[in-house]
Amino acid sequence: MTALYRRYGPGLTGLILALTGFWIIFLVTLPQLDMVDYSFRPNLSMSERGGPNDVYTLQNYATLADNAIHRAIFLKTIWASALVTLTTLIVCYPIAYHLAQGTTRRQAALLMLLLLIPFWINEILRTFAWWILLAYAGPLNNMLVALGLIERPIRFLSGDGGVIVGMVYAYILFMVMPIYNAIESLDRNQIEAARDLGASPWRIHWRVVIPHAKPGIAVGCIMTFMLAAGSYAVPALLGSPGSRWFTQIIYSWFFEGGNWNQGSAYAFILLLLCIGFIFGVMRLARIGLADIAK
Amino acid sequence: MIDDRFARLLTRAYLGLFFAYLFLPLAVMGAATFNESRFPTVTPWTGTTLKWFAALWADGQMWNALGTSFAVALGVICLAVPIGVAAALFLSDLHSRARSLVYGIMVSPLLTPGVIIGISTLIFWRPYGVTGGILLTVLAQASFIAAYVMLLVLARLQRFDRTLEEAALDLGATPMQAFRRVTLPFLMPAILAACLIAFLQSFENYNTTVFVRGFDTTLTVYIASKVRTGVTPALNALGLILIALTIIGAVTHELLRRRAAGRKAA
Repeated sequence: MTALYRRYGPGLTGLILALTGFWIIFLVTLPQLDMVDYSFRPNLSMSERGGPNDVYTLQNYATLADNAIHRAIFLKTIWASALVTLTTLIVCYPIAYHLAQGTTRRQAALLMLLLLIPFWINEILRTFAWWILLAYAGPLNNMLVALGLIERPIRFLSGDGGVIVGMVYAYILFMVMPIYNAIESLDRNQIEAARDLGASPWRIHWRVVIPHAKPGIAVGCIMTFMLAAGSYAVPALLGSPGSRWFTQIIYSWFFEGGNWNQGSAYAFILLLLCIGFIFGVMRLARIGLADIAK
Repeated sequence: MIDDRFARLLTRAYLGLFFAYLFLPLAVMGAATFNESRFPTVTPWTGTTLKWFAALWADGQMWNALGTSFAVALGVICLAVPIGVAAALFLSDLHSRARSLVYGIMVSPLLTPGVIIGISTLIFWRPYGVTGGILLTVLAQASFIAAYVMLLVLARLQRFDRTLEEAALDLGATPMQAFRRVTLPFLMPAILAACLIAFLQSFENYNTTVFVRGFDTTLTVYIASKVRTGVTPALNALGLILIALTIIGAVTHELLRRRAAGRKAA
């Protein structure tokens, strides 16, 4: 702090502290604490607030335990997000490896540009593109029927399948980039050496590349899981009333049920789920917080 | 050797499939703009038309939403970029344990689901009379976009020779002069990049915005509501225009980067 003052003088130091403090305190920390506080209070009218009924309670959390539908949706959100994460990892690993090790620098730059372009485009628009493709009378169904592979169109958008496909598509970049960065730092000679010593391609990946890429894989999985579990856009567009996502339940507590306290409890549960996943993966891969935010 | 060729073929095939998967949905969406059909699709093709561009042009709601998106993005840039720069300067002068704690708090919004950022902002500001709307959307988006700015500026700051500032101070510059003439110019590329990222992030945000928007509609909110309540290919026309702008932007950026790299090599 004294170093800051010595370098920037009173005016600038004050400004730096004020801006940083405003961010950390009023935009990040206090709102989160407020949400947690809200979640432990009953839903009261304005006049009752601060009165005898305004006590801490666990009733908002009991709602999730008691409501079978919400519980099922919560569990569905967990396994579907895990499935999205795993699928994205399998789809992206070969691409990341090829970009990092299997090609010249020039080609890699071109492929990287191709990879980046779809992700500069709005997530909503990318999801809308899948909505068109998967529609009941859409191109995919028409093509499959014309090829004689299916007899009648499939309702892709009435189950969880559409949501999962849309999410894998939406989060590819968050998986490719960290794995690419990790594999790129692997010395090509190590792969050559393993090959010369007679290791099969599978073995090279399993024993040399994947252990080296582990921090990147961990970061990719963390980001993808968090984005999938917390997504509102993709299920809102590609889901149907029968395939709701946990975020949609939270939304309806806020804007249809008018019960912010209940919604806060559900939101906090979602947050705890993501934090649990993050710490679990960090421990598994033995990485720190500074490795994630790069 | 045969094995090698097979492996290369397999890689090629996978790359082809992967990029087809990446671009086909966008191509179909773009192509559907020119189909006469009222429902956006490419099969069946009922006739080629440009009328959906005209329909988009005449859509007043779309223009309003676009205006709102720009207002929010501008607000986010004005708030998140100064915060991110200040936070990076603050962090680079902290040491050891305090540093990793503060760093953890600063990057936490990037690991928090967007809906939760929206919810907590909504709850926190209500007692102060800030209810859903453009201002609240700016506050909510800035809380995580500032983290991107901070990381970009911090990365640049790590390559900064701090003795330059000290030299300026020793030579009699006021701290303000040293900052404006030495530090700020060095950070400028990172700050400009941060403005671009902040704009793009704000413009495309949906998960956070949907909780704090009140009755204001940004472009992404407008697109999502259209998809659910009566979509026409006018939406595809909008998508196509945004895709075209994106590709032009990406290619220009790449060409400029190559020219800069070439100049450095020469």
